[in-house]
Amino acid sequence: MATFNFELLDLPPEAEKLRGEVREFLRETVGEGAPHKRERTWGGHDREFSLKVGARGWIGMLWPKKYGGHERSALERYVVLEEMLAAGAPVSAHWVADRQSGPLLLRFGTEEQRQRFLPRIARGELAFAIGMSEPDSGSDLASIRTRAERVEGGYKVNGTKVWTSNAHISEYMIALFRTKVVPDKKHEGLSQFLVDTQSPGISIRPIVDLSGEHHFNEVVFQDAFVPEDMRVGDEGAGWKQVTTELAFERSGPERYLSSLRLIIETIREVGAEPDARAAVTIGRLVAHLATLRQMSLSVAGMLQAGQNPNLEASVVKDVGTSFEQEIPETIHSLLGVEPRLGSGSDFERTLGFLTEHAPSFSLRGGTREVLRGIIARGLGLR
Amino acid sequence: MNEMQTLLSDTVTRLFTDRVTTDLRESAEKGQWPAKLWQDVEEGGLTLTPIPEARGGGGGTWQDAYIVVAAAGRFGVPLPIAETMVGAWFLAESGLDVPLGPLTVAPVHAGEGLSLERDGAGWRLGGTATRVPWGRGAEHVVVVAGDMVALVPAGGATVQPDVNLALEPRDTLTWSGARVTAAAPAGRLSAGALRQYGALVRSAQMAGGLEYLLAQTVRYVSERKQFGRPIASFQAIQHNLALLADHTAAAGIAAMNAFRAADRGDAAFEIAAAKVRTGEAAGLGAGIAHQCHGAIGFTYEHSLHFVTRRLWSWRAEFGAESHWAAELGRHVAGRGADQLWPDLTAR
Repeated sequence: MATFNFELLDLPPEAEKLRGEVREFLRETVGEGAPHKRERTWGGHDREFSLKVGARGWIGMLWPKKYGGHERSALERYVVLEEMLAAGAPVSAHWVADRQSGPLLLRFGTEEQRQRFLPRIARGELAFAIGMSEPDSGSDLASIRTRAERVEGGYKVNGTKVWTSNAHISEYMIALFRTKVVPDKKHEGLSQFLVDTQSPGISIRPIVDLSGEHHFNEVVFQDAFVPEDMRVGDEGAGWKQVTTELAFERSGPERYLSSLRLIIETIREVGAEPDARAAVTIGRLVAHLATLRQMSLSVAGMLQAGQNPNLEASVVKDVGTSFEQEIPETIHSLLGVEPRLGSGSDFERTLGFLTEHAPSFSLRGGTREVLRGIIARGLGLR
Repeated sequence: MNEMQTLLSDTVTRLFTDRVTTDLRESAEKGQWPAKLWQDVEEGGLTLTPIPEARGGGGGTWQDAYIVVAAAGRFGVPLPIAETMVGAWFLAESGLDVPLGPLTVAPVHAGEGLSLERDGAGWRLGGTATRVPWGRGAEHVVVVAGDMVALVPAGGATVQPDVNLALEPRDTLTWSGARVTAAAPAGRLSAGALRQYGALVRSAQMAGGLEYLLAQTVRYVSERKQFGRPIASFQAIQHNLALLADHTAAAGIAAMNAFRAADRGDAAFEIAAAKVRTGEAAGLGAGIAHQCHGAIGFTYEHSLHFVTRRLWSWRAEFGAESHWAAELGRHVAGRGADQLWPDLTAR
C-alpha cells in the first residue's frame, strides 16, 4: 500500500531565534488589537503592514538574493508564518504573492518576469490574486472556459473568473486560461498568465459574502489584451503548473489556525479554574491543536528536505480545516453564548465572526471532497 | 527514522509477521501464554529498548521504544511488552535492577493505594490493585506505593482473574504483607507518573493498531467486489478511507511527539495530548474499518477484531480521553489564555 510518511521535525535553533524577533516586531506593529479583528488573520489587508514585513526580510524568504529574496530556510519561513497567524496579523496584502505567485514565477517564469516582479513582491509592494475558478468550474478546475486567443504581440482574453479574493485591491492576478481547445482532453491547452488588474477590458465586480463583507470578486474579461511576455511558462503547460501551485497553497499553518483566537478567548472566558466540562472541552481542543502543529511542521520538514509531500499536505489540510471548522460548534455546545457581530463582548464577536466564516474553511484552496479524493488516490484506491 | 530505527522496525515487523498468527492470538484469548514468542521477544531485547545498558537494557531512547510498542499494537501481540518496558524503566530510574521475565505495573487506577511496611532490612507490601494488565502472566509486578517504587514477585499476590474486551488479562491482585524483592525512593516517579507512562505506551499501541486498520481496510476494499467492481472505486468508500488515513496520521504524530517528549524529560503535556488524540482516532478508526468490512469484519473468523477490540479497551485504560483532556484543560486554563501559544511553541 502506498502511504504517507510523517516524521517529527525538530526546529533548528536559528528558527527559534527568529521567532523571538518576529514576536517583538508583532508586539510593536499589531500589539494587543481587538480579538474580533485579530481572528481575521490572513483575511486582514494592510499594505503598510506588508511593507514593514518586507523591510524585515520576511517575504520571499526562500528566494535567491538576486531577486530580492533572502535565501533563508523553509523552517525559518514556517516560524514567521505561524507567528503572524497566531498574532492575527493582517497579512493578506502579501500572503498570496509570498505563498504561491512568487514561487510560481521563480519556478516557471522568465528571467525578465522574475527580475520585474519578485523584488517588488519581496518588499511587500505587490498583492496578487488567484484567477482559477469560473462560474461553471470550481472543483472541476480543468473545465475552465475563459479563452486566451493569440493576437499580434500577445493574447486576447474573454471569459469570467469568480471567487477571486482581493482582486479589487491586488495589482496583479495569476490566471489560468484556455489557449487551445483540445476535444476530450480538458487538461491540455491550458496556460497561466500574469494579468495587470488595471488593464483595459477587465472589469472587477464585488461578490458580497454571507457576512456582508467584500473580498470575493467576479472578474470579467472582454477582449482584454495580455502581452506575450506576461505568459508564465510554456503554452499548454498550465495544468501541471497549477497543480504545483495548489500544493504550495495546501501545506501551510493557515490550514489549522483560523480559529486559534476563539480557543484563546474561550480559555479567557472560562477563567483559571474551569469546571470539568469546560476543562475537557478545552483540553481536547488543545490536544488536537498541538497534534496539528506537529503534523504541519512535519510537512514543512519534508519541503525543506526537497521532498514532494502532496499526500501529507492534503492530510494536514483535511484534518486541519475540519478542526478549525468544528471549533465554533464546540464552543457553542460548551457555553451557549450568542454569536454577535457589531456589538457584545470580544468573545461574543470572535464567536460571531468565526461562526459565519467557518463554512469557508473546508472550501478554500480545494474542498474537503477534492482533498479526500487526493488522499484516496495516494492510498492507491483510484 | 535513523538507520538503527529502520533496522529495529524491520526486525520487529519480521518477527511479528512470522509469529503472531491467528492461531497464536486465538489460543492467547483462551488463556494460553505464548511462551516461545515471549522468549524470542525478550532475547531480542525488545522489551527493554529504552533501559540503560548498565541495567541490562538496550540503551535506546523512548523514540526507539515507540517503534517496538507501535508494532506490538499493529499486530495485536498478546504479550505485556509495553507493560514490561514501563515497569523496567521505573525500576531503572529508581536505581533498581531489572529482572528477566515479563513485568507489569500497579496500580493503574487513582485512589488504589498500596502500602509498604518495613520488615527488618526489607519491606512488605499490602493492598489491592484492580485491572492490572497481565497480572497472572507477569513474573514480577512493579508497584508505586507511597513514595517508593518496589519490585514484587507476582506469586506473592492472590489473583482474581479478569479480562478486557480483547480477552487480555486484567486481574485484581491482592497483597497481604508480601515480601518485596527490592524497593527504592520513587523521587519524581509518583503513582500518577505510572499512569502517565501507561498512557504513553497505550497511545503508541493505538497508533500502531490504527496503522493496521488502515492497511487492512485498504486491502479489503480493493479486493472486495460488488456491483461488478471493487468497492474501493466508490467515492463513499474512498472518503471513509481518507478519513481513516487522516486519523491514523494524526494518532501517529501525537504518539511520536509524546515519546520524543519522554526523551526530553517532562512529557506531561504531550502524553495527555497523545492519549486524547489517539483515543479519539481509535474510536473513529475502528468504526470506519468495520463499516468498510461489512458483515465479514464482524465475525470472529475475520481477524479485524483482534485489533478493534484492543483499541476499544486501550482507549479507556490508563485514563480515557476525558480524563487526560480535563488534565490538559485545567493546566492550560491555569497558565492563562495568553500563554497558550507561547507554551505550545516552546515544546
